[in-house]
Amino acid sequence: MGLTNQSSGISLIRKKFNIEDNNKIVLALAGNPNTGKSTLFNHLTGLNQHTGNWPGKTVDNAQGFFTHNDKEYLIVDLPGIYSLLAKSKDEELARDFICFGSPEVTIVITDATCLERNLNLAIQVLEITNKVIICLNLMDEAERKGIKIDIKKLEKNLGVPVIPIIAREGIGVNKLLNAINDMVEEKIKLNPLRLKYDEFIEKTIKNIEKKLDNILDENFNKRWIALRLIDSDKSILKSINTILSNE
Amino acid sequence: MKNLTGLDKLPVGMTGKIKYMTESSNNRRRLLDLGLTQNSIIRNERLSPSGNPIAYNIRGAIMALRVEDTKNIIIELIN
Repeated sequence: MGLTNQSSGISLIRKKFNIEDNNKIVLALAGNPNTGKSTLFNHLTGLNQHTGNWPGKTVDNAQGFFTHNDKEYLIVDLPGIYSLLAKSKDEELARDFICFGSPEVTIVITDATCLERNLNLAIQVLEITNKVIICLNLMDEAERKGIKIDIKKLEKNLGVPVIPIIAREGIGVNKLLNAINDMVEEKIKLNPLRLKYDEFIEKTIKNIEKKLDNILDENFNKRWIALRLIDSDKSILKSINTILSNE
Repeated sequence: MKNLTGLDKLPVGMTGKIKYMTESSNNRRRLLDLGLTQNSIIRNERLSPSGNPIAYNIRGAIMALRVEDTKNIIIELIN
């Protein structure tokens, strides 16, 4: 499914995350801290999980397996983060995995009780990859607080599936699994929201993208990398260097 | 502009509207990611025993910010 296991740069990132098994469909679970990523993770994987460490900082990186609709999945529970752009170690690792680890589907869990501030990360993830499912967790608490969310409209504006769930009780999880299945089978039409920058920046992006075309293959999202270069984000250069020097 | 002041001067229980940030360090990006963007509404919820950090309500979430950071955030006082 567009994923080349041979490309050693990507397998390097995967190795960093202790993903050796290439027969399973890899899912990434991202979201702000305290939105229920691990709750959902445990619900999906049951007791099959084992934890592993990745180098850098001792952050727990939980991985688990589950089967749905005759497909085997490996799901990576990323650390809770507010942004893919800030400079802490866990944010860097989450970014590297989403950007270079090529997960088949990235699930962004958001807290429905304060959705607005959660959408920052969701939109950043949408800038990197098309295959995103937005999960609205804590729907019961939101309802108790009198918050109503127009899911259809949100889905239309974000251009990817939006699934309300209550991870604690497992409500909505089946719908989520079906959405993952449909996305893997490329049955869903995606039209992800992409931020448009002003004319000058867009022109600069185009120029950098052209240059990147000579260096990087199609496994990289060049628009996004160009944006990071404009940001003068040095850590992204470091990550790309590590990947390229191992190819 | 009227009533412009640092966020650290916002009294407990009062509300302000964020206008801009003066510093451009790593924290700026972080604060923006936390939702402290231009024209967002912020309310001083309560002080910690020593008065630093202070708990603020921003977009429905409560977070504690240090005075070192809040004095660089310029707000407009609203009632």
